[in-house]
Order: sequence, then C-alpha cells, then structure tokens
Amino acid sequence: MSRDSAAAAPGRTGARPERPVGRKKAGSRWGRFLEGGLLQGGVQGSPVLRLVLRWVRRPLLPVMRLWRRNIQLKVVVTTLLMSLGVVLLLGFVVIGQVRNGLLDAKVKASQSQATGGFAAAKQNADEAAAGTADDGAAGDEHAEQNVIQWMSDLVTSLSSGGQGAFEVVTLPASAGGDTGGRGPRASGRVIPTDSVPEDLRERIDSNTGVFQSYTRIVYHPTAHKDPQPALVIGKQVNDPNNNPYQLYYLFPLTQEEKSLSLVKGTLATAGLFVVVLLGAIAWLVVRQVVTPVRMAAGIAERLSAGRLQERMKVTGEDDIARLGEAFNKMAQNLQLKIQQLEDLSRMQRRFVSDVSHELRTPLTTVRMAADVIHEAREDFDPVTARSAELLADQLDRFESLLADLLEISRFDAGAAALEAEPIDLREVVRRVVSGAEPLAERKGTQIRVVGDQQPIVAEADARRVERVLRNLVVNAVEHGEGKDVVVKLASAGGAVAVAVRDYGVGLKPGEATRVFSRFWRADPARARTTGGTGLGLSIALEDARLHGGWLQAWGEPGGGSQFRLTLPRTADEPLRGSPIPLEPKDSRRNRGLNDAGLPSGGGEKVATVPAQTSGDQVSVMPTRDPIPSRHGGAVPKADPTALPGNGARVVPRPASGARRQEDIAGPPGAEERSSEEAGQDGESSKHGEASRGR
Amino acid sequence: MMSFMKGRVLVVDDDTALAEMLGIVLRGEGFEPSFVADGDKALAAFREAKPDLVLLDLMLPGRDGIEVCRLIRAESGVPIVMLTAKSDTVDVVVGLESGADDYIVKPFKPKELVARIRARLRRSEEPAPEQLAIGDLVIDVAGHSVKRDGQSIALTPLEFDLLVALARKPWQVFTREVLLEQVWGYRHAADTRLVNVHVQRLRSKVEKDPERPEIVVTVRGVGYKAGPS
Repeated sequence: MSRDSAAAAPGRTGARPERPVGRKKAGSRWGRFLEGGLLQGGVQGSPVLRLVLRWVRRPLLPVMRLWRRNIQLKVVVTTLLMSLGVVLLLGFVVIGQVRNGLLDAKVKASQSQATGGFAAAKQNADEAAAGTADDGAAGDEHAEQNVIQWMSDLVTSLSSGGQGAFEVVTLPASAGGDTGGRGPRASGRVIPTDSVPEDLRERIDSNTGVFQSYTRIVYHPTAHKDPQPALVIGKQVNDPNNNPYQLYYLFPLTQEEKSLSLVKGTLATAGLFVVVLLGAIAWLVVRQVVTPVRMAAGIAERLSAGRLQERMKVTGEDDIARLGEAFNKMAQNLQLKIQQLEDLSRMQRRFVSDVSHELRTPLTTVRMAADVIHEAREDFDPVTARSAELLADQLDRFESLLADLLEISRFDAGAAALEAEPIDLREVVRRVVSGAEPLAERKGTQIRVVGDQQPIVAEADARRVERVLRNLVVNAVEHGEGKDVVVKLASAGGAVAVAVRDYGVGLKPGEATRVFSRFWRADPARARTTGGTGLGLSIALEDARLHGGWLQAWGEPGGGSQFRLTLPRTADEPLRGSPIPLEPKDSRRNRGLNDAGLPSGGGEKVATVPAQTSGDQVSVMPTRDPIPSRHGGAVPKADPTALPGNGARVVPRPASGARRQEDIAGPPGAEERSSEEAGQDGESSKHGEASRGR
Repeated sequence: MMSFMKGRVLVVDDDTALAEMLGIVLRGEGFEPSFVADGDKALAAFREAKPDLVLLDLMLPGRDGIEVCRLIRAESGVPIVMLTAKSDTVDVVVGLESGADDYIVKPFKPKELVARIRARLRRSEEPAPEQLAIGDLVIDVAGHSVKRDGQSIALTPLEFDLLVALARKPWQVFTREVLLEQVWGYRHAADTRLVNVHVQRLRSKVEKDPERPEIVVTVRGVGYKAGPS
C-alpha cells in the first residue's frame, strides 16, 4: 500500500484522461476485479486497470484505517449488518406466509365461483340449444346470428353477478379452426387476448378440464384503468350449436395486493426500527466497555511517556472497575520500582561525583606539595629526586583519572550537554595532530592528514570532538609501533567522518567491540608506557553518541587498526552511513594477503606493505625499517580509493554474507576473522541504533 | 619585572593543609599571604589585612564562599579568585554573579594558580594617561574613573578593564575568547561564562536600562562591542 501511495502522485495525473477508456476495457473484468481483491490490493492486470483501482481505493483508505482502529465502529457495523440480515430473512418468511394465506382463500373462492359459472354457461347453452331445436329449422344463418347474440348475453349475464369482483372473457377455441365469426368477448372493457396468457389457452385447447393461472388484466384505453394482477380460471365449454369455445373467469387480486403491500410496509418499517435500535444499543453497550479501555490505553501511553503519577478513575465494582484497579496497582508498583531504581542510581552517581569532588581538595594540596618538591629535586640525592619525579608524574595520571571518572559520571547522570555549532573538522584535526606531535616524535611516528583539501563542516561540540580525536590519535601513535598514522577526513551525504589508521599491533578478533569498555586493556601483561586512564575510549564513545554519531573500531592482528568517528552533518539528523569504510582499503584482506602477510591465491597482487608478523613475533623485525618502503609503495596506491575527498559517496558497509563467500576461498584463519567481522557489524549497527534512539 | 611584584593575598580556606600549602607556594612566588579559615571571620580579616587579592574557597564553614564574596564586593573592588572543586555546577555562575572576578578548579598546579593571581594583579602597573569615550561615558584610564555627566560610577578593576578594552576599539566586535585573553589573561579557550556574567554585572552599573544596553552591545552569534558614542 505504501508502494501505491508513493507512486500515485505522478501516475494519477497521467491517468486522468485515460480513465474512461480504462473503465470500458475493464468492463468485462469488472466482476473479477471486485472479487479479485479490491481491498486486498492483489490485482494484476493492465496498468490502466491498476490505476483505476488505485483511484477507487484511495478514498477508502481512511475508512479502512478507521475500521481497523475502532472497535466500536466494528461492533456497531457488524451488529447492523447481522440484524439487517435477520430482519430481511424474517420479512421474507412472514411475507411469504401472508401471501400464501391470502391467495389460498382467494383461489378457493374463485374456483367455486368459476365452477358455478361454467355450470351456468353449460346450462344456458343447453337451454338455448333446446330453444333453437324448438324453433325448428330457422336456418344456419339465423342460428349463427343467435349464437353471437347468445354469447354476448352470456358474458353480460355471467359477469353481472360479479359486480367488479370478476370479469368474464370468452375466446374461440383455436383448435376448432372455425371461428364462425364468434370473436372474443369480454366484460368490463377487458382486452381479452392480452389478458389471458397464451400457455393457458393452449392447455385449455388441448384439455377439457378447468385450468388456472396468474396474469395481468389489461383494460381497454377507454376504461382508464391500469393493468391489474389477477387469477384467471378457464374451461372449454360448448355453445348452443355444440361448438367449443373458451370461457375464462378473471379475478382481480387488487385487494390482496393491497393487503400484502400493507404487510410489507409494516414489516419494513418495523425492521428498519429494529435494525437502527439494535445498532444504537450495540453502540451504547460497546461504549460502556470501550470507554474505560480507551481511558486505560491513554493512561498507559502517558505512563510510558514518563508521567508515572497517572491513574485510572475507578467507579463501581464491575469487571471494568477491576481492570482499573489492577491497572492502577500495576502503575503504582511500577512507579515505586522506578522511583527506587532512580533513587539508587542517583545515590550511586552522587556518590561517584562526591568522591571525585571530595578527593580534589587533598589532591590539590598533594599536587602543590609534589610540585614544590619536584622544583627542588636538583638539591636531592638521586633516589629522592627520582622519587619526586615519579610522584609528580603519577599525580598527573591520578588527576586525569579523576577527571575522566567525573566525566563518565556526568554522562551516566545524563548531565552531559551538547554545545553544537558549525565547526570545520580540519581545524580540530590540525589542533589534535599538532598536540600529538611531541609524542609522535618520541615514538618515531609520522602523522599524516589526508582529505583536508576542502572544508569538512559539521554541527558539533568542538571541545568534545577534539577530545575524541585526541584520544584516537594518541592511541594510534602509542600502539602504532613507530609506523605511520594516517588521519583521513571525508564528508558525504548527511555525514562527516574522521578515521584514524595505524599499522601497529592491531586488534585481536572480538577486541573491536571491547576496546570501548571501561578500564579495558588490550593486554594486561603489556607494559604501559604512557598513563592512559582506561576510560578514554569509553568517554569518546559517549561523546560520539551525544552527537548522534558513531565511533567504531576495526582491526586485524598485526595489521593495525582503524578507528572511525562518524558524525551527522547537522545535529539531530540520523546517520545512515559513513563516508569512509570501516575496514580500510589497505587491510590485509582487501590486499589479498593472509594472516602471515603472504600473498594468497594467484599472487599477482604485490605485497607493497612489508610483511608484518603477528603480534607475538613483533620483535623479530626492526620497527623503523618499514616506513620508507611504505612511503614509496602502498600508501599512495591505496589512498585515492579509500578517500573520496572531493564529492565522496557514502560507502555502504559490505554485507557480511558477501564477505563470507569471499572467505570460503580465502586463506586459513579467515573463519576466525569473519566471525570477528560479523561481531563488529553487529556492534556497529547497535551503535547506530543507540544513537538513533536518542 | 613580574617576579618582583609584591602583593598581599588573603587566603580564605578552611582546609588547613591546603591553606598552609598555598602559603608556601605564594611566599615562594613573593606574595604576602594571610589566612582565615572561617567564613564568619573573613570580612574582619579582609578589613584588617587590606589585601590586593582574595583567594576564596567556595565551600566554607559558617558563611559560605558566595556570601563572603558578596560582602567583600559590597565594600571593595579588590580582585577575588574563587577556588572550586566543581566547575560545571551553578556554584561557579553564582560565585561570578556575586562578584568573583575569576575562578580556578581544584586540583590546580601551583604555576596555574600563580598565573591567575598575576593576571589579576597585572593591571596595577602604571597606565599611560588616556581619555576614552563610550556612549555618554567618559573614561579616565590613568585615574581609573568612569563618569557620566560628571557623576562618577564605581566599577571593580575587572569591570573597568572590560570597559576599557571595549572602548579602546569601538569599531571592533570582541568575541568572548578574545575578551578572555585580553581582560582575564587566558591563553587557551576558557569558560565563556566568565565573560557573560561580567558583562551583565558591568551593564547593571553603567547602562541606563540594562534590558536595552547602549554602552555594551551584544552582537548576536559573535560577541560584544562598544555602543556608539
């Protein structure tokens, strides 16, 4: 349905002039069309047909939505339809009964009347025959004349007893062939031939019995009477000359029809009332149930929106009241529990914050004392002087740990506020890189920035972004084993990204997600050269989330790692992708190398980055060696592809399925890596979810 | 030149160890510290010592630091630097609003503290005779006085510095960062709340209608500038 509405706007304008054509074409299929799911939407056929259908369905959509959402409407409409069905059925049965009753009486009365009439006609004919016999030979001509006259008299005399209750019609027996001038006769200006059905005449022709049928009496225009339903009873009788003719009695059913329509009208009125009243009753009854349910739904919504003090109004002791009571009890307990948890967490946060603050005053004293001692260390003996240095250094570390702890507690308390304004990320990167230069020099690392030809502007909190990037760059330098660190910038779509790539020890499978855990250490046994707090990446992750951005890590053992910060270009805009792929182009897999750094498969790809041994064998190789060769080789080759730079596109994360396929033919150990990758993907999407949720 | 500058500093802090350590550091830098540990006695000690600068801990027994700050400010424009353990709370803003010129967050390094104190005392150097006009105000820089229609307006040294900085370049819009550097002596980006609070305090003294400032005009999204004279 969404597909329809999305495409409708352009389609409709084009279809308008065609619509009549479409209708005509659809005419033969119209029935199927309605059956085939006008409302199910499962119509296949010509595009014109579909357009017409869409046009028909469009105004129905709100109604359908109302139908789906409104139980009261559902119940009322169902009640109406069902009671309508019952009333109709009842009506048909009753009307049938009444009609049968009325007609039975009429038919019996008519039959006795007609039988009497036929007898009278026969007697009349016999008497007339006797009369003519008495007359002697008056001649055929005269007899014929007599019969005509006799018949007219007969019709008049027979019908005279009816007083409009019946009419009499005589017709020549067509079987006789000889009409003898005896044309049809009728009383009451009835048109005889039109009023007697043909099949009845045929039956009477071929049989001598009495037959009856229903018909409509058609009157001569001069009578100014409308045709009337009637019962016709006919028989073949003989005239005085012993020639057969047909005699019909026509009994109008006007009275019966009047009675029937009166009954029908009464029933229809009653039925209508019943249906409407039933509908109203259903509406009232459902309302009694639905109103509290709706109230409960509304209050539940408000509860879930955080207004925990909302309660239902409870009156009476019925089931609805019990629902209300149970609901209120639930809300009460919920509120209590949430309150308790909130209190607990507030207490805990407060404790962390208080501890951090309380530590500060003595720490200030210690710090100043240490500085005074440190200043004077030249006058001490070497042991005391070194102690003074250690004291000062560790105080720095202690201080930053305390600051980080406070920062984390601020995030946990939800007290962190984003002060976003448009900033050029290149400025931030420049500051960070120049800040990290001294450390990089000590480590023998060169930090290179790529992708800074154009401004990379995003709405962000400069202080926080700088903190994140400083953390990433310092980490990269520290774990880069003296090899290059590359900082890439890119922007595309609604997102900007900074990726920090190092070629150091990298990350073991599964570590890409764990690096963000608090106080997590890559290798507890490894000596720490610089005093990180273990909270840096956790804070960085919180900073990224605060921006609605992502902070993700990728790494391979011995192949270095890449940390990527992706931020939405404008605050509050959800991220859909990152301009920089998480796995760099010069990763081992992308270069077709296996874990040992040897080319796999055909081997036509040259391993331009020197083979790096995996983590535990690192010392075999002199660390400074690889740098010049990489400068000449791999990096310039890999960079242009990894770096969109000008007008980049959003690079979607490769589907893990595709990767797997690649891995099947891949080097040994690929299994392990793919599982790591999968975990990473899961985590990254989790970050995405989390940030979108905010 | 700076290192020879003498200054009396009153340290208002209840933590005796910290106060003593502050004393050691300040003496080492050539200042003359005096101490008071109780908020109730702070004002008397202030009157007695006549310090050039007050170092004030916000959390004190007796009268709290905010109250002490307000009392001192009521009778003197002497620079006040607050010591606080919480930089992100309203305490800082309240402290600044009650008259403190600057604040420093614990734990601080001795050098940082001394730099802050020096920055506040630096203005006592001999200024050149200079007359400035801003709005309908006349500023005598050397005489440290601001007059409107011959009526003198009392400003603290910091507020005076702020006004002079704006008045010297009436064509220039000052960002908060620039003001922090010029008036407070911060090299790196610091808390811009300092500027906001002190501009408000300055306006309440020099503007005819602080709601519609004419002397210190806000330039939205940029900072402040001097109003047309």
